[in-house]
Amino acid sequence: MTVSLRVHLFGRYAELLGSEELALSLPQGGTVADAVTTLRARPGGEHLPAQPLTAVNATQKPPSTPLKDGDELALLPPLAGG
Amino acid sequence: MLLLTRHPIDLADMTRSVIQPEFGGLATFTGIVRNEQVGREVLRLEYTAYPAMAERLGEDIIREGQARFGVRLAMRHRVGVLEVGEIAVVVVAAAPHRDEAFAACRWAIDELKRRVPIWKREHYADGTVAWVDPTTAADVAVGGVVAAEMPQVSDASA
Repeated sequence: MTVSLRVHLFGRYAELLGSEELALSLPQGGTVADAVTTLRARPGGEHLPAQPLTAVNATQKPPSTPLKDGDELALLPPLAGG
Repeated sequence: MLLLTRHPIDLADMTRSVIQPEFGGLATFTGIVRNEQVGREVLRLEYTAYPAMAERLGEDIIREGQARFGVRLAMRHRVGVLEVGEIAVVVVAAAPHRDEAFAACRWAIDELKRRVPIWKREHYADGTVAWVDPTTAADVAVGGVVAAEMPQVSDASA
């Protein structure tokens, strides 16, 4: 069993991975931290921080958060509005 | 009223949305694109956002601020490319008296900057661009050396 995610990347993180949106599959029980580890193994992903600001379904969530099928994970660079 | 907009911000419309007969004070903060950042000449800024999250957090800030200060608040933030001198963000706070209006306006713009997922890329006069990173002393040059890892996120939610 795997968990299928849609990953949203913004700002510098999107440039590092070369995409603003991508699909990711994790083993059942995978967490936000597992997804980040997987992304960091991709080309360009090695420059992502180990614990970026993350959101699941548009709500900020910590690395320990378990992910379920269909979740939308977002990696948020340091905020710079205003 | 949505937080994010691709069009120039209509201050009169925002003001109308918050004033009430019993309110005698209106404080406004207007953020404008500046021509300089850490000694470098800036030509324009490019704002991007995570719209679903930004709108929800904007609503949270308005609801919290209104309850906390006894005011009515409205906030708008541009996305897209803005030239120097253009208005990027406006916060308006209306209250019975000026003290609450000023306090709420200051609180709301600070919370917007702290909580809302918006990013900006600076375009410099020398032709280079960089994402603004308030957590580092200097901005991270695109394609250049990436800064040390960001501070760890606490397990507390937003």
